[in-house]
Amino acid sequence: MSALDTDPASAAGHGTEEELDHDTLHITVGGYVTGFVLAVVLTTIPFWLVMAKVFPNPTVTTFVILGFAIVQIYVHMVFFLHMTSKAEGGWTWMSLIFTLVLVVITLSGSLWITYNLKANMMLPSPEQMRNMP
Amino acid sequence: MSDSTATVALGAAGEARALRFYDSGGHHPENGTLLGFWLYLMSDTLVFACLFAAYGVLGRNYAGGPSGADLFSLPLVAVNTSLLLLSSITYGFVVIEMQRKRQGATLAWLALTGLLGAGFVGIELHEFAHLIHEGNGPQRSAFLSSFFTLVGTHGLHVTFGIVWLLTLMAQVARHGLIAANRRRLMCLSMFWHFLDVIWIGVFTFVYLMGALQ
Repeated sequence: MSALDTDPASAAGHGTEEELDHDTLHITVGGYVTGFVLAVVLTTIPFWLVMAKVFPNPTVTTFVILGFAIVQIYVHMVFFLHMTSKAEGGWTWMSLIFTLVLVVITLSGSLWITYNLKANMMLPSPEQMRNMP
Repeated sequence: MSDSTATVALGAAGEARALRFYDSGGHHPENGTLLGFWLYLMSDTLVFACLFAAYGVLGRNYAGGPSGADLFSLPLVAVNTSLLLLSSITYGFVVIEMQRKRQGATLAWLALTGLLGAGFVGIELHEFAHLIHEGNGPQRSAFLSSFFTLVGTHGLHVTFGIVWLLTLMAQVARHGLIAANRRRLMCLSMFWHFLDVIWIGVFTFVYLMGALQ
């Protein structure tokens, strides 16, 4: 290991000073402010839609606010978490895509299965419920 | 792939040492900590996905008790959401001031972020205490069990984020904005913004959609 320790190239490899500065160079005040303004708008509209009961049909409101949530999550990812497909040689991007696939499978799978379970189950009548042990 | 610097530095030390250099000085991933922390956040996302799935499955089973529309106070949730959103932008300024190497400003923005986070946790605890006091605790129905688990886990994350933030304030005050502290501040930045992302899911999926029923 002594050969490694005396090696100038190897020692410079851990120069976190330059590394960190290089990594955070693209962070600007403008980026944060843009993200914040977008986030405020994207938060206010769903709250207003629900609290003021803008759409008479709750199903419409549900899908609209879900849409706003997805857009806002994207805004936070880009402006606050500084997600790019290039960061860390693409590994953060790959792991994010992989996680999103698992999240979608978990959520849609659970909801789908339970919906079918409920739809196919013979629910007890109130009479049977009352006589339950 | 010959590295002239290395060759010069080694000089007449011999071929064996030069070979060893090429063998062990292999490619080291830059900023491995930040990538590793990102992977932790992804695994935490899966934890929350499971809790969201549990809430999605159980969230309509009221056991004859109150529903979300009866219990949730949307103005309070709106205040809570704005506190967390504001703390996101104040943490943004922490990172900006950290880049400018201004220690005092970094600490001030960190303190403000911590206060906003504490306000968020305080309001959430107030909401929980109110629900439990009214007899609508987690044992009331499957809906309330899954609600407390999901929202409580998020609140616990924010609480530990505040503990981490205070620890880092002490670290920065003591050692300054050294490379290690800046790396830690970047990790906490990811953690803090990640919690805000989860909260978007919570207020949409739990509060807004619950109040719609």
